[in-house]
Amino acid sequence: MSGIWLTTRAWLLMLPLLVVMIAVIGWPLYDTVKLSFTDARLVGTGGDYVGTANYVKNLAGSNFQRTLITTTWFAVVSVALEMVLGVLAALLLNQEFRGRTVLRALMILPWALPTVVNATLWRLIYNPEYGALNALLTQFGLIQDYRSWLGEPGTALAALIVADCWKNFPLVALIALAALQAVPRDITAASLVDGAGPFARFRFVILPYLAGPLMVALVLRTIEAFKVFDIIWVMTRGGPANSTRTLSILVYQEAFSFQRAGSGASLALIVTLLVTVLALAYAALVRKTAGSAA
Amino acid sequence: MERKGPVFTVFIYVSALLLALVILAPLAWLFIMSISPAPDLFAKPLHWWPETVDFSRYRQLLSMVENSAGEAFVASLRNSIAVASMATFAAILLAIPAGWAVSRTPSVGWSLSVVIATYMLPPVALSVPLYMGLAYFGLLNHVTGLALVYLSILAPFTTWLMKSGFDSIPREIESAAMIDGANLFQTLRILTLPLAAPVVATSALFAYLLAWDEFFYALLFTSNEQAKTLPVEIADLAGGRVSDYGLIATAGVLAALPPVLIGLATQRALISGLTSGGVKG
Repeated sequence: MSGIWLTTRAWLLMLPLLVVMIAVIGWPLYDTVKLSFTDARLVGTGGDYVGTANYVKNLAGSNFQRTLITTTWFAVVSVALEMVLGVLAALLLNQEFRGRTVLRALMILPWALPTVVNATLWRLIYNPEYGALNALLTQFGLIQDYRSWLGEPGTALAALIVADCWKNFPLVALIALAALQAVPRDITAASLVDGAGPFARFRFVILPYLAGPLMVALVLRTIEAFKVFDIIWVMTRGGPANSTRTLSILVYQEAFSFQRAGSGASLALIVTLLVTVLALAYAALVRKTAGSAA
Repeated sequence: MERKGPVFTVFIYVSALLLALVILAPLAWLFIMSISPAPDLFAKPLHWWPETVDFSRYRQLLSMVENSAGEAFVASLRNSIAVASMATFAAILLAIPAGWAVSRTPSVGWSLSVVIATYMLPPVALSVPLYMGLAYFGLLNHVTGLALVYLSILAPFTTWLMKSGFDSIPREIESAAMIDGANLFQTLRILTLPLAAPVVATSALFAYLLAWDEFFYALLFTSNEQAKTLPVEIADLAGGRVSDYGLIATAGVLAALPPVLIGLATQRALISGLTSGGVKG
């Protein structure tokens, strides 16, 4: 069979997928770009062309800048914690001890728990009047009075990060564990004979095997963290005093709560651009790590 | 092997215990809240275990009495099942031919890369036109409309998984069948698809879990019991519609049960699917 026929056949087989993707991703994205240059409202007429006014207004606005800082802080801290906890848990699960299989199976539970259920659960735990965290800390004498963990700007973001980490570090642990199990035993044995201490062994023998898979997990988790909406919406709705408002929440408020579709679209595209740049930078980094690990 | 002193062994067991506690304590508390009578949950100091175990909220939520919390919950459960099933079925149907085509014809592989790159798009970047489009076709607050939107998340993912699955089935088997006179459709149906059945199952599981978990589009595009899914219903409950924390916890347990059971029962397949993404890149 000729190459042209094979290629045509491949395109024909992909056609249904591509048509659906254009309908639910391609066209909406194109329309968002168009909207972002107008002052369209969510309901009503199409709105008038306003050039780059929406972009200028949003980029210069303090709302956007403050939200960008909050989002970056949330993404960096939660992803870093998830990576560290995940690798530590994987190193533990890679040891031989009784109950290891059961513990490994348990790791899938937080991952399988629906995001909204996780958010609701932690919201109940943090409850200012009846929450388990307040009860626990008081009963151990660590705090005197019940506190409003999600109600104070100083603790709300940290409380959200804990809830996000609890759900996501087990996934990092499972990915890291799979990579650890690919480290050949004779290599670790040889490093022992050569007198490598535990830290040197981790740095020079084990880490090269972990680097590739961990980079991928890092990229995916960072993109997710930058797009975060549901856990924050359910736990704080971006409050108190907008201290936990992330970019996706800001876009939601602009486009749907205030019904400024045009301005919301421009914000959404700024977020998209940020995530894309981040992903491309990471992709370059992954290629480099993969190269040096091989 | 390494020498392992008793100190090291103790350290390992203490760490393992700590990890198990961190994972289990919040989940156990969710369940305990669901079976504690309200006075126990509001007590100070808090009762960590109820004086009498109370399963009545489960009956309350799963009952279909009109205008009760149960009616709304059961409706959202039904909507979640409908949306996740429709979206998963359609995503697999799109993914099988597309995944096979990319696997066997590398020259079109770039198109799949483009499809997968859409993962970077935040849903907020598509939400306004999708909202207007659904409204135009009368599909707002409709399970079919929501399922259609979910294809934007599910289909790239399932296609990518199917493509990796087909990659591991040698194409020589297919050529042999073709030489024996089978046409492409017959070859795929009789030979390739049965071999790919485990991958189809894993992809479907992942797709179902993704759809079950989705919140943002469901929040935007559904408004009442006709289409509202479980995550939206639970967020509503937690957002102040009820003051009985035990009832919110019960709804959480019930919503978590299907994915958690699926996760435990099929953990081997799920973990290999999850990690193959991580390891292969």
